[in-house]
Amino acid sequence: MKPFQFLRPRTLSEAAEALRRPGAMAYGGGTNLLDLMKSHARTPDVLVDMTAVSALQDIALDAAGDLRIGAAVRNATLARSPLLQRHSPMVAEALLSGASAQIRNMATVAGNLLQETRCAHFSNPDAGCGRRDGGQECDARLHAGREHAVIGWSESCRAVHPSDFCVPLVALDAMVEIVGPSGLRRVALADFLLLPGDTPQRRTQLGAGDFITGLILPAAAAGFAAHGRYLKVRERTSFAFALVSAAAAVQIKEGRILAARLALGGVAPKPWRVTAAEDCMGGRPPTADVFRAAAEIALSGAAASGDNGFKIELAKRTVVRAFERATVGVAPLDAAMPASVFDTLSKA
Amino acid sequence: MTQAVKFTLNGAECAVDLDDPRVTLLDLLRERLGLTGAKKGCDRGQCGACTVLIDGVRVNACLTLAVTVQGAEVVTVEGLATQGALHPMQQAFLDHDALQCGFCTPGQILSAIGLMNEGESGEDTARVREGMSGNLCRCGAQPGIIAAVRQVLRARSGQTG
Repeated sequence: MKPFQFLRPRTLSEAAEALRRPGAMAYGGGTNLLDLMKSHARTPDVLVDMTAVSALQDIALDAAGDLRIGAAVRNATLARSPLLQRHSPMVAEALLSGASAQIRNMATVAGNLLQETRCAHFSNPDAGCGRRDGGQECDARLHAGREHAVIGWSESCRAVHPSDFCVPLVALDAMVEIVGPSGLRRVALADFLLLPGDTPQRRTQLGAGDFITGLILPAAAAGFAAHGRYLKVRERTSFAFALVSAAAAVQIKEGRILAARLALGGVAPKPWRVTAAEDCMGGRPPTADVFRAAAEIALSGAAASGDNGFKIELAKRTVVRAFERATVGVAPLDAAMPASVFDTLSKA
Repeated sequence: MTQAVKFTLNGAECAVDLDDPRVTLLDLLRERLGLTGAKKGCDRGQCGACTVLIDGVRVNACLTLAVTVQGAEVVTVEGLATQGALHPMQQAFLDHDALQCGFCTPGQILSAIGLMNEGESGEDTARVREGMSGNLCRCGAQPGIIAAVRQVLRARSGQTG
């Protein structure tokens, strides 16, 4: 690990000041960044521990029905929050399907939004990687497989976004709250995360001196609280990243879909949402062929980036199954195997 | 620049002058404080052999910078027995022969106590397995480990066992 200065601000203004130092990076639970520092894939000069900033710790529902979550809230704390479980239970389901209990106890909200891809070439500084170092080099080009993207990727980067949490957040129009030199602003998470194009190093809309202070789940998201599921297909039932995942939610009235939400994980450089796929379901009954039609639209334009073409059909089937589950209801909060296709407690 | 870190370690006050913020909690425990119970398996948060409790919550000590435990309460496997009596979870691992080489055992036991503190799994096998998935055992002692954890959870819930 490269030497660094460690700072632990207590207030937002102290944090802002610390993050203005050259080479500074915000630090949450360390579950991703410290690992990358050990391999020299990330080499901050100043590490700013955000977990002691008191203004970043709250989960609160405001009068308008927006749920605001502080940037330093831990994944486990958030997943167990009754406010989240009532507002957007599929977000809790996604959180509980991610990583291990130890890592969920450590990882933070902002750290999750900013976590790096798990493409092996990214974390290995000896491999060429434009996402890590800038430029167009991509050593995954000839080695892309199960863990790489099938949509939204470019010649310069075929890495996937690793987060479970972010998938339902994108489906539910979550907003990222950012403080920076120009003050406070809110950006839709779907826009905050960027596709690689030919600038793979630019992964988010965070600019110099910007830092995340919170996340907002809008009141409208709660309209999907009764019928929303996260379904995650992975190589083993627990403690594995998604091969393919889907966050699917519907509002149903008199046997017809009023509104639908859908985002996919594991297939693209960011959670993949196609609103046309959602819109095509409006007014139709919640049946497998309607879900399949939405899946076809969501994955239109998909193309293998290597030995991973199977993920396209797998993603479509995952969409159908996630919507079938969402039609039935929500996950039991004490599910034995959160978001697993093998969870026998969850019918459909 | 030296950083003074004060925390509670297995019930006793502990003050360390850290000469380098790069030191992980795991390395601090093992290399500087002589507590080698927490093990360095992968050093990447994937195996769970370094699991300790911070403020009653299970974490990977290999992914925790020692400077961040300022003011916290850290418990390692060395702090579990009281006056020579094993913690019930330690005893259960003996009862069920829940180890072979023993390398993962301290992490398994601390993780199981963390699971117990979370109080959500009950003694259901599937939930216990899911809850313990952050701890790998390469010897194949998992059936014994799960049986041991379930024994303690069963006793805690007031049923016989």
